[in-house]
Amino acid sequence: MKQATDPIIPAVEVTHLRKVYGSGHTEVVAMRDATLSIAPGEIVGMFGPSGSGKSTLLTAMALINPPTSGRISIGGKPVMDGPRALVDLRAFRREHLGFVFQKANLIPFLTALENVQIALEVNDTAPKAARKRAMELLDYLNIGPRANNLPVALSGGEQQRVAVARALANNPSLILADEPTAALDGPLGRQVMELFAKIAHERQAGVIVVTHDHRTLDVFDRILDVEDGMIQSRIP
Amino acid sequence: MNLAVRDIRHNAGRFIFTTVGIGMLLMIVMGMGGIYRGLIHEATLLVDRVGADLWIVQGSTRGPFAEISRIPATLEDRVRAVPGVAQARRFVSHTIQREHNGQPLRMVVQGLSWPEDRGDWVPLVAGRALRQAHYEMIADQSLNLPLGSSIRLGKDSYQVVGLTRGMVGTGGDGLTFFTVSDAMAIQFDQPGEATRLERAARRARVENMDLGRLQPLLLERAAGLSGGIPALAPPQVSAVLVTLQPGTDEAAVRRTLGTWPDITVYSTQEQKDLLLAGMVDKARRQLGLFRVLLIIISTIIIALIIYTLTLDKIRDIALLKLIGARNGVIGGLILQQALLMGAFGYLLAWWIGQYAFPHFPRLVLIEPSDLVSLAMIVVVISTLASLLGIWKAMNVEPNTVLSA
Repeated sequence: MKQATDPIIPAVEVTHLRKVYGSGHTEVVAMRDATLSIAPGEIVGMFGPSGSGKSTLLTAMALINPPTSGRISIGGKPVMDGPRALVDLRAFRREHLGFVFQKANLIPFLTALENVQIALEVNDTAPKAARKRAMELLDYLNIGPRANNLPVALSGGEQQRVAVARALANNPSLILADEPTAALDGPLGRQVMELFAKIAHERQAGVIVVTHDHRTLDVFDRILDVEDGMIQSRIP
Repeated sequence: MNLAVRDIRHNAGRFIFTTVGIGMLLMIVMGMGGIYRGLIHEATLLVDRVGADLWIVQGSTRGPFAEISRIPATLEDRVRAVPGVAQARRFVSHTIQREHNGQPLRMVVQGLSWPEDRGDWVPLVAGRALRQAHYEMIADQSLNLPLGSSIRLGKDSYQVVGLTRGMVGTGGDGLTFFTVSDAMAIQFDQPGEATRLERAARRARVENMDLGRLQPLLLERAAGLSGGIPALAPPQVSAVLVTLQPGTDEAAVRRTLGTWPDITVYSTQEQKDLLLAGMVDKARRQLGLFRVLLIIISTIIIALIIYTLTLDKIRDIALLKLIGARNGVIGGLILQQALLMGAFGYLLAWWIGQYAFPHFPRLVLIEPSDLVSLAMIVVVISTLASLLGIWKAMNVEPNTVLSA
């Protein structure tokens, strides 16, 4: 019998994730038993006080901070089983993940265009094609005219948009953003958040945004409240 | 996209200053190699040019360059009588330092066996060879003695009739060519007072002997010219140069001469080996050690600069790792920077050397093979220097990019 619809593969799925820093007297439990699933095209806001475990969860999903226990699957593929990597993490990040941070973290000796282009070239895109695609992304984010400027010549908002373009470069299935609007003023911050929502919906990427800015709640499809290493999900 | 070039462009000032420093160090390394080559060239120049097949020197010595050699001038006539010998020439060589125009002037005095040898083999850039038995000389340009000028040496003045270029002795002093008799007059010149004292001393010695008291004529002879005393030794020269007849078996001539107990015979190659093994070897080792030290210093400087440049972009490297850049991309960035620094430093060293080396007091001879060797050394040290930076970069965690 043929099924009416294919099951939806989550953009990311975290099961019973636990992260403990240190040991003995210095042991700190940053994440107790986190389980979550983000669908493709869904944008999720992650809220919580400082030290609640937001960044731990985000960096674990970014495959740069292995959990103590639990499993992480991205795009249906198991990638972490406890601290053990099940894939080549660097190659997996290259092909499937996009990152945006509080600071744009652009490479200062590369122009805006080159900062996007490098993300494509490290993923084996030919230089000419990478340049064309990078320019398309900058145009999509309305900073095409600033493509040949070094980061130092760009405003904070422009730098952040270049960082978003870099995150989108390889069509990732999951975009992780850690307080991407913290360095931006209110209207510009909202503009960036709306941009993430647009990307999630248009490109069917799962987007997780760690933020403290409650003025942008309406942008998210779902809210994750993180406190004391525990997660609670709600609709905004 | 070449990250190394873009980073260098971004840090152009630091890169340029470091490269200039490396270039200067490499220029010294290159120059020391050139000085060594120059030493060899200068040391063997005369031996090569003089065109002798065999060098006859004082028995059991390694003269006339490596140590003093004194043989009687009459040996020349004995050698001529050996079958297979086409020509025998007296050879005098000694270094003198005199005052000229208020300045010290060091020169190597070479005696040519007049009239057979007038210095026609000496490569002249101006003037002519010797034409008379006395009071003419050929001088190297490095002595700054103009053609036609005169210089007083001992009791006589000598006119410069020919000029050479780059003809220097093992110590780097310019060569001068005189007839053997003039060279000996310059070597053994002594003031009149010394001559008178010597004669008086001889007379006193004879007076103290019975023979002297009985033979008044002996007293007159003893107080007279040295040449008038038969018992005194004949004039001494440094060596006798032998040219063999074409087709002559050199070994046979050497066997004959080898039976003479008062001399030692060397071939031209043996004479060169003596020079290189004795006089040049220590200088070679000294220069070699300096070169090794400078190369080590260059390596350390490149390594530290590359390490500092790596530290400066540690977050960029972490970011590259985060977005999935392979180790080859990151290592290549650092290695290429080190190689570019080395390569530009090397080119700068070569370029500066073109202008600087001709002004050095000793000949600096840069051989193409030495340039190739140094280029390879630069590649090796640049690669080694990048290892520290690469090691640092390889140990950077991608999450470093998240730190403040």
